Amino acid sequence: MMTKSAQRLTLFLLLAPAILWLGLLIVLPHVEILVLSFSERVAPRVYAFGFGNYLEFFTEPLYWRTFARTAGMSILVTALTLVLAFPIALYIARVAQGRLKAMLLLLCLLPFWVSELVRTLGWMMILRETGVLSYVLQATGLTAERVEFLYNDGAVILGLVYGGLLFMIVPLANALESLEPAVVEAGFDLGGSRWTVLRRIVIPHAMPGIVAGSIIVFMLTVGNFATPVLLGGKNGLWFTEQIYAQFITRFNWPQGAAFGMLLLLLSSAIVWLGLRLTGQSLGTTLKQA
Amino acid sequence: MLTKRASLKLATALAALMVVGTAQAAEKLRLLTWADYVPKDVMEQFTKETGIEVEVTLSNNEEMISKLRATQGAGFDLVQPSQDRIAGPQAEFGIYKPLDLSKIKSDLFIASMLEATKKNTTVEGKVYGVPHIWGTDGLIVNTKAAPKVADYNDLCDAALAGKTSFRAKRPALIAFAFANGMDPFASYKDPKAYAAMMDKVGAKLAECKKTVKFFWDGKDQLLNALRSGEVVAAMAWDTGGWKLNSENADIKFIAPKSGALGWVDTFAIPAKGRNDDAAYKWINFNMKPEIAAKVAASAGNFTASNGADKLMQGKLKDQFAESFPKAAIDNIKWYPAVPAGIEEIEGKVLDRLKAGS
Repeated sequence: MMTKSAQRLTLFLLLAPAILWLGLLIVLPHVEILVLSFSERVAPRVYAFGFGNYLEFFTEPLYWRTFARTAGMSILVTALTLVLAFPIALYIARVAQGRLKAMLLLLCLLPFWVSELVRTLGWMMILRETGVLSYVLQATGLTAERVEFLYNDGAVILGLVYGGLLFMIVPLANALESLEPAVVEAGFDLGGSRWTVLRRIVIPHAMPGIVAGSIIVFMLTVGNFATPVLLGGKNGLWFTEQIYAQFITRFNWPQGAAFGMLLLLLSSAIVWLGLRLTGQSLGTTLKQA
Repeated sequence: MLTKRASLKLATALAALMVVGTAQAAEKLRLLTWADYVPKDVMEQFTKETGIEVEVTLSNNEEMISKLRATQGAGFDLVQPSQDRIAGPQAEFGIYKPLDLSKIKSDLFIASMLEATKKNTTVEGKVYGVPHIWGTDGLIVNTKAAPKVADYNDLCDAALAGKTSFRAKRPALIAFAFANGMDPFASYKDPKAYAAMMDKVGAKLAECKKTVKFFWDGKDQLLNALRSGEVVAAMAWDTGGWKLNSENADIKFIAPKSGALGWVDTFAIPAKGRNDDAAYKWINFNMKPEIAAKVAASAGNFTASNGADKLMQGKLKDQFAESFPKAAIDNIKWYPAVPAGIEEIEGKVLDRLKAGS
């Protein structure tokens, strides 16, 4: 028999790694970034407290426009991912059985066995002017000249949707799996068309999964770095690139820290707004993810 | 439970392990440098002669400074930033320690280059860098596809739309300033005038962006695009141009009319370097003419080592002679030390260039 205090100790010991992980690797660095973001350079090696770094974001159109663009494109990527993932998830959850189901999920997972960088480089090989796609188009006589598909916003969206797909499919399939077939049948029996059944029964049931997947994909997309840098063109600056530039090429850590905090706050605000608009709570959503 | 004897054994083994560990650490030189600056045979010869192992990390100017800044100068024993990027960051962050010049064999260096680098890397009377490898920034041109390109401004020629490239970094700003009749180096000391000048250059580059295929970032990315013909003219380092020239005679490195930009990469010791002795040994070893010639051949650039040029192979010399007639050599614009604050002005112009459409 264990005493109560021993139980508590066991619980604490079991939780310790998680607490240490959260505290040392997530909370502590964020606190440091937060403190750093309020310091302003006065002279070499002299810094003072101030809100200048945050003001800079709102007063310099360059920076907030980059953020607005990043957020806008991330929302678009999330929506596209959702539209693409929904039928796949529906098929995996409702139609596929046994080994086929496992195999389909494995197929979705497979690309993630290689790193994001390699996957992105793969896309570069396909899309570049002397790449696979351009070659196929020429070989089949569809175009006479080489075509450049790389270095534009379309390529970035493609790469990001590709990277986000799995994170949308899994929560969606999870949510759809618990849908009672009888409910769907009842919908048809009551004279509902396929569209009505989808709109009034399937989608509302899948809502927590949709929201969970959307949050994950949106956050992954808005904070992505490699894909926009490699696939993006001369006009497409992602907000994370601004943060990198401030830290690494400008040596302006306080400014980079402020941008980092702003990215966290503003993207969280967008997620909160999304939850409010869809009438979901974070609690039910997290259960689904 | 461990027996007493077993635990004693374990303790001895652990102690021995720790001794071995520290002994190994003492025999290591952690070098932060550029790609191709440390050929394998040179590294092996150094280890053979001195017993010191060299641990190489590859980087570029900005990352070197950022890495050292993050640790206040710890983590590496020797670094190789460009000579113009030492004084500013040193004044700002204090990431280097002054060099003990008595430990460096100065007769191994080309005297004029050593003096110029010492002068440029001096902060408060102390010297922080000595020269190692030098080269230039200019134009790599596919002379068959783009025969007219002779200066930086020609990268903006509408006839070459979608086929040119440069790096969205400070050398581009400096180059286009010179190409458009301005002298950025003369305004280094006057931030206001410099900011005004950079705004002008930024406007010119924004215009030029229409013809640019991409702002290149990694050297290999650019060289691949030049090889495949996706890019036919670009602002880039001479070494890349000569490398391509060896593969395809149509591709040439051209010293632009308004002047190639001359850079010198140095040796500097981080503030919290742990093995200065090994660092000085590596510097003196690397500046020996026969070693320097090997390094220069590997990097495809030139060395500040006195006498190494006589040992270098003919090809690079011929390529240099073709790219740099006498007048072009005299026209090389050598970077003066970048004062603190200048890079912030440039940074904003570059941000706008990259973000704006």
